[in-house]
Amino acid sequence: MPDLMPQSSPASSEPLLVVEGLTKYFPIRRGFFKRVVGQVKAVDHVDFYVQEGETLGLVGESGCGKTTTGRCILRAIEPTDGRILFRDPKLGRVDICKLDKEQIRLVRRNIRMIFQDPYASLNPRMTLLDIVGAPLRAMGLAHGKELEDRVAQMLQLVGLRPEYMRRYPHAFSGGQRQRIGLARALAPYPKFVVCDEPVSALDVSVQAQILNLLEDLQEQMGLTYLFVAHDLSVVAHISDRVAVMYVGKIVELASTAELFSSPKHPYTEALLSAIPLPDPRPREKRVLLTGEVANPANPPSGCYFHPRCSYAEEICKTHEPEFDEVTPGHYVKCHFGRELSLTGVVRMPDR
Amino acid sequence: MPENQVLVEIKDLHTYFFLAEGVVRAVDGVDLVIKRRQTLGVVGESGCGKSITSLSLLRLIPPPGRITQGEILYYKPSAGDNGSVDVINITALNPNGREIRDIRGNQISMVFQEPMTAMSPVRTVGQQIIEAIMLHQKVNKAEARKRAIEMLARVKMPKPERTIDDYPFQLSGGMRQRAVIAMALSCHPHLLIADEPTTALDVTTEAQILDLMRSLQNELGMAIMYITHNLGVVAEMAEEVAVMYLGKVVEQTDVKTIFLEPLHPYTQGLLSSIPRLDESIMRGEKRRRLQMIKGMVPDPYTRLKGCPFHPRCPKVIGDVCDQVEPASIWVRPGHMVRCHLYAEAVKSGPAPSH
Ligand SMILES: Nc1ncnc2c1ncn2[C@@H]1O[C@H](COP(=O)(O)OP(=O)(O)OP(=O)(O)O)[C@@H](O)[C@H]1O
Ligand SMILES: Nc1ncnc2c1ncn2[C@@H]1O[C@H](COP(=O)(O)OP(=O)(O)OP(=O)(O)O)[C@@H](O)[C@H]1O
Ligand SMILES: [Mg+2]
Ligand SMILES: [Mg+2]
Repeated sequence: MPDLMPQSSPASSEPLLVVEGLTKYFPIRRGFFKRVVGQVKAVDHVDFYVQEGETLGLVGESGCGKTTTGRCILRAIEPTDGRILFRDPKLGRVDICKLDKEQIRLVRRNIRMIFQDPYASLNPRMTLLDIVGAPLRAMGLAHGKELEDRVAQMLQLVGLRPEYMRRYPHAFSGGQRQRIGLARALAPYPKFVVCDEPVSALDVSVQAQILNLLEDLQEQMGLTYLFVAHDLSVVAHISDRVAVMYVGKIVELASTAELFSSPKHPYTEALLSAIPLPDPRPREKRVLLTGEVANPANPPSGCYFHPRCSYAEEICKTHEPEFDEVTPGHYVKCHFGRELSLTGVVRMPDR
Repeated sequence: MPENQVLVEIKDLHTYFFLAEGVVRAVDGVDLVIKRRQTLGVVGESGCGKSITSLSLLRLIPPPGRITQGEILYYKPSAGDNGSVDVINITALNPNGREIRDIRGNQISMVFQEPMTAMSPVRTVGQQIIEAIMLHQKVNKAEARKRAIEMLARVKMPKPERTIDDYPFQLSGGMRQRAVIAMALSCHPHLLIADEPTTALDVTTEAQILDLMRSLQNELGMAIMYITHNLGVVAEMAEEVAVMYLGKVVEQTDVKTIFLEPLHPYTQGLLSSIPRLDESIMRGEKRRRLQMIKGMVPDPYTRLKGCPFHPRCPKVIGDVCDQVEPASIWVRPGHMVRCHLYAEAVKSGPAPSH
């Protein structure tokens, strides 16, 4: 495994979160005795770090393991293997994978998640006060009048009127519900937020409001984000660095500018070329991926991407490539990452 | 035969829902033209009436919804394709009658956002496509199966002879959407209504499906009404674009003009609120805040006086926009906008409300 830590790292710039060899296999069970007949390799030896105050984007096809990665970091599911090192303000530097129940409760004050679906993720029978106040109450951070004040403050922070506190979620639009979810996630003043497709269900004008809000809150509260999304224009806008996943593995990781202008993995090239651009002028070149994404229960040999890769050679079928740092801070998992000259986003002029 | 013949013309369509809480004016005076072989993109904020417009066209409005006003004319190309047409007033048909059933799924068919809702989970893909074919075409079961396999092959379904006997849940999201498209196209419709057909899919699968729809459109010569709120998809798919706001079409023109010279402040607001992959991102510059349209869509029960967009409009004209509803203005042939900024006449004083 390559050393992913930044070269010179004085204690203060030590990353907030370091993920090493993170692995999550889901057993596939069959038959009367629920015998394990195979494994879904949802996340397979993933390495990355996130600096404090930074936004790391995480992209890739449906089913590639983005949500599973986020849920492991929260210990909402048990990782199969690996380390998740987190700099907790109270507990100090801990490996999330090794925490006991009580410690998990403590660390979850600082690591929070917001979800894709603003409709399904809010309990329709709870008022906003109950919803946003729930984490504070559960963690014993506030109660009574104090709790109400804190909820009012959170609602204001995300641009909702405190008077709405006694209302139920059904009275709110999709964008407003996403704000409620945001208020709930941020109520305990966390350090790290996993944003799992937070704007995918919203239309563009509401999406712009939520993205600006996420950025404002990041600045005000010093938040660090892991930002999962399908929409690469959104990811490019909000992320400092971007990681690309394919079938449970990170295949490329670089600064946003690098990744979008000079990708080094053929899969990234294909992803970028698939972005629908809001520009009616015809595009120069388009790489359409053929075939389907590999099955994580039965991945191909060698490089998982080789059956769909137009640059694949013999070695790609037999040997899995290393996660190689081709230029400083630019990692790629491809046998030809140093040689291929790939096409980035067809540039659009500034507005 | 002229290419740009009108296929469907929607005139002043009103579709309302009569609920205990009030009247939802889901579609409130929509005018639209869909031309043969052309793709019309329909965009607009969630709840602005895109789906209800398309469901009105198929007469599939569930109660307590009702078309209360307006007309939908279908210029049905005659069988010989000799250029002559039959004009059918869709709004005048019995919604359960034989005539509309003959149009629905056959001459005009639809692909929905969530492929699971379009297909029954308990019957195989093949059973469902075969049924659709036999409902509208006089063929026996063996022939229908042959056509179903052909159609699955056309949508690039891997191993169609085998997939035809799969259940929808056995297919991935992208494959399921291909099966739904195969079903929708199995009768070679004149118009395909695609309501957010790729929103649930990831970008690479979406790109495949868009590519597929474009090539099938060329092959089969159908028109597409493409509903989405993804402006990137509109730029790729549509030749003509209609922008909707609160139950009305506020601007309609060709795709180049919509993106390069939009006139309606709402269209301008939509376009400037999308994050763009521009040079500044490539240079790694500090990101700029996205521009936003201020405020929110009002709840569907309130009816605003004047232009429905005026409370959020950055270019609002006092005593005009909040008083008088703007009419459709043709700034030039092929470019319609509903906005007082482009009507000199109205500025001289409030005209009587409709
Ligand atoms: N609880 C579970 N049991 C078994 N398999 C699971 C479970 N959760 C996820 N998986 C599988 O793990 C893989 C990764 O799923 P995950 O939800 O992390 O993907 P994702 O990248 O978030 O996809 P999407 O973009 O569709 O949200 C998939 O193949 C999925 O089917
Ligand atoms: N069955 C129904 N009963 C009552 N109101 C309805 C019904 N269906 C739709 N509406 C209302 O009609 C309006 C238009 O809805 P429509 O589904 O056409 O919006 P849309 O533009 O397709 O939005 P989206 O982008 O979210 O799909 C909305 O205010 C909606 O709440
Ligand atoms: Mg997910
Ligand atoms: Mg809709």
